[in-house]
Amino acid sequence: MRIPIETYELDNGLFVTLSEDHTAPIVAVNLWYHVGSANERAGRTGFAHLFEHMLFQGSAHVGSNEHFELIQRAGGTLNGSTWLERTNYYETVPSHQLALALWLEADRMGDLLPAMTQEKLDTQRDVVKNERRWAVDNQPYGTMLEKLQELVFPRSHPFHHSLIGSMEDLSEASLDDIAQFFATYYTPDNAVLSIAGDFESAEARRLIARYFAPIPKGQGKPPLPPMHLPAVFGRPSREVVSDNVSVSRLFLAFRSPVYGSAEYYAASVTSAILGLRKGSRLHRSLVRDRQIASDATSYTFDLAKGNDLLVVDVTARPEIGPSQLEEEVEREIDLVYSEGVAQLEVDRAIALIETDLVSSLQSAGERADRLSLFATYFRKPQLINEQAAAYRAVNAERVNALIAERLGPENRASLMYVPRDGVESEPMLAAAVSAG
Amino acid sequence: MVTAVRPKPSAPREYRFPSFTEEVLPSGLRLVVAPVEKLPLVTFLIVIDAGSTIDPSGKEGLAALTAEALLEGTREFDGAQLTERFERLGTAVESGAGWDSAFVKLTVLADRLEEATALLGEAISSPAFPEREIERLKAERLAEILQLETEPRGLADEKFSEFLYAPESRYATSDGGTAESVAGLSRADVDSFFRSHYRVGATTVVVAGAITQLMARNLVSKSFSQWTSGVGQGRALIASPRTNKRAVSIVNKRDAPQSELRVGHLGLARKHPDFFPTMVMNAVLGGLFGSRINMNLREEHGYTYGASSYFDWRRGPGPFVVATAVQSKVTAPALREIFSEIERIRADRISEEELSLARDYLDGVFPIRYETTTAIASALANLVIYTLNTDYYDTYRARVREVTTDDVLRAARNHLHPDQLQTVIVGDAAAIKDSISQLGFGELRVHAAQND
Repeated sequence: MRIPIETYELDNGLFVTLSEDHTAPIVAVNLWYHVGSANERAGRTGFAHLFEHMLFQGSAHVGSNEHFELIQRAGGTLNGSTWLERTNYYETVPSHQLALALWLEADRMGDLLPAMTQEKLDTQRDVVKNERRWAVDNQPYGTMLEKLQELVFPRSHPFHHSLIGSMEDLSEASLDDIAQFFATYYTPDNAVLSIAGDFESAEARRLIARYFAPIPKGQGKPPLPPMHLPAVFGRPSREVVSDNVSVSRLFLAFRSPVYGSAEYYAASVTSAILGLRKGSRLHRSLVRDRQIASDATSYTFDLAKGNDLLVVDVTARPEIGPSQLEEEVEREIDLVYSEGVAQLEVDRAIALIETDLVSSLQSAGERADRLSLFATYFRKPQLINEQAAAYRAVNAERVNALIAERLGPENRASLMYVPRDGVESEPMLAAAVSAG
Repeated sequence: MVTAVRPKPSAPREYRFPSFTEEVLPSGLRLVVAPVEKLPLVTFLIVIDAGSTIDPSGKEGLAALTAEALLEGTREFDGAQLTERFERLGTAVESGAGWDSAFVKLTVLADRLEEATALLGEAISSPAFPEREIERLKAERLAEILQLETEPRGLADEKFSEFLYAPESRYATSDGGTAESVAGLSRADVDSFFRSHYRVGATTVVVAGAITQLMARNLVSKSFSQWTSGVGQGRALIASPRTNKRAVSIVNKRDAPQSELRVGHLGLARKHPDFFPTMVMNAVLGGLFGSRINMNLREEHGYTYGASSYFDWRRGPGPFVVATAVQSKVTAPALREIFSEIERIRADRISEEELSLARDYLDGVFPIRYETTTAIASALANLVIYTLNTDYYDTYRARVREVTTDDVLRAARNHLHPDQLQTVIVGDAAAIKDSISQLGFGELRVHAAQND
């Protein structure tokens, strides 16, 4: 199945994707800005995300928090999110409210700064610090993302530092930073706009021209440093975190082919074979048969710059210590590495992925988000229609080639969380424990 | 620059909740079918009147365990084989139990539907409940309970229920059961619960997606209906509060950077006649991003990443809760703001502007809620579980629009009880205790996180 797609570009560089679907009177507007935590300068970790919060604090013609209010009054849903390499903003509204959603997005893209005040920045800084406390500091395993980034990317790499940021750097962020970041990255030529759902193309084009065409093109953004790293880590690395958790949990990461490459699809299928749903290898072996884990999953990060990461995530049963957990997981990976996988396992993984691909096209918001993804990274939103075929082209031979190249002992980084109170019983590990 | 002229909406397009049919098959099984022509997907959702509220006393967690064990093997195939057969069809079956029903559900591409339903019928008609898998599921639940001790959000929810309801109420303990009750469950318990409650007369199959009523009827008649006829015996629900006086409980988490807060009291049963005014009242109080509580705690004070309130609608009166997590040092002022917002919405009529925000949102967002086959199926299941009228979704928007500021004031005065508020704080007792005791929000008790 294929969804209809039209694309074009405004003179100011805004890349537009339209995809009509008239089954329900709903339309989704979705913007991706090609900027994320990777673009932050030294001493400003967390800024891209703090900036995302500021985009809901009003713009030239929109009051503080009015963006939220106007969309909810219109019967719509909305939000935004920040990732290592992009930031997105989106709303789904009843289709007769399309113009409102477009105007609100255009107003903050074109004219954000008049609405920015020190007081708003201070409040959102507090909100974000509380977000960090809530999602990272006061949540078991909440530091996983920043610890893993630190462990697997070299210090000079843009993916090395924390996305949510440190409390110190968040405290330093100023209105000048806001102005500079806005001028550099929040420009039409650094953004893509996708609309999916119930609208008429001609009308949408008219509205987009009206609201977005007056926004001037940007001056270009500083290039990211080279991000490509060797195919494998080269030597195993590990960190043990003694933390306020009840059971041990291992995140085992492998450097893997960059998102969107042909080999990426083999890596994605490999992660599904290892840890997608209960019939996967790790779940079946560690949770069901050997009963040393209460959960086992695997996934790819889907990073589109440099290299991707494939992560195996296994939570130990309470009676299983970290050394045994690590040994058992490594043994499973070694087995896959030495013997490869069978076509039946590949078929199971692809069948599940296919159902997920079709399911994800049901909501207008998700459709628009995927169109923006492919438009941002590859300038080719049509890739949304080629995913199923790309997965179906993966076979056991390609998966086993990927496994041979990437799952070996020289390409493993292990991040182990250990209950703080349980460390004493594991004297071997205590020496390696970090401050957490 | 971008125009200052705010756009006006165009003419709204009509929307109707997907039409559906309802029938009772000759076996006694109820079938609800919503044909939705959009994508080649079908969702099957089986609901059984075997939710956690009918757990026998002392065997809390049995309904959940039974539902989970349902797909762990038949006489012919073990659990691993079953799982693999489903997943090779591109589908993963989920089963579980909530307070008011047990469920089994799967979503599958339309061209694999026939095989998937035949397999599902086979799996659930004669579950073998292997001892080994029952013991494994119990151990996994025990691990989950242990993990709650270090997970402040789940711990706060759990402790809130415990302090809210009388100990003899099923609602006082988690739907999955306690460490003690789960440890005591056996294969025989599961088998007997299954035989008593998994009966065709207590079961509805909801089908939504790329399928006709006729096709659904044929598939369901062929694959299901093997269970015993009739319905199981219910159990009277006790949902009385533990106390009618305000009380504050601190569950100690040393050095916690935030206090996880729950404030509330018993709410209303789902079928309460004030459902609509109460829902709109809650939207203004804490249900929306632009609600009073979120605007106050997050946008005015920066105390939190987010604060909300909700009524947990169940067959019996589930809790009304305000939930948030605030920086430890502002725990007392944040609580004061929450209490004052609850008082304020009872004191004066909300403005027309506040009413229209809630009303227009709940009315307008209605079609957006039913974009997927799983969302449609679960909406239809709710009609059955809560015995709502067949035209419930067709009249929903009109009923939301009927609510007035007077109705909201009445709902707030009748259904919010500031003098009965229970407060649970998962946080650093040493750091916050003194300032909390000065609030006068009821007797203060400090508890350990561990259940010892």
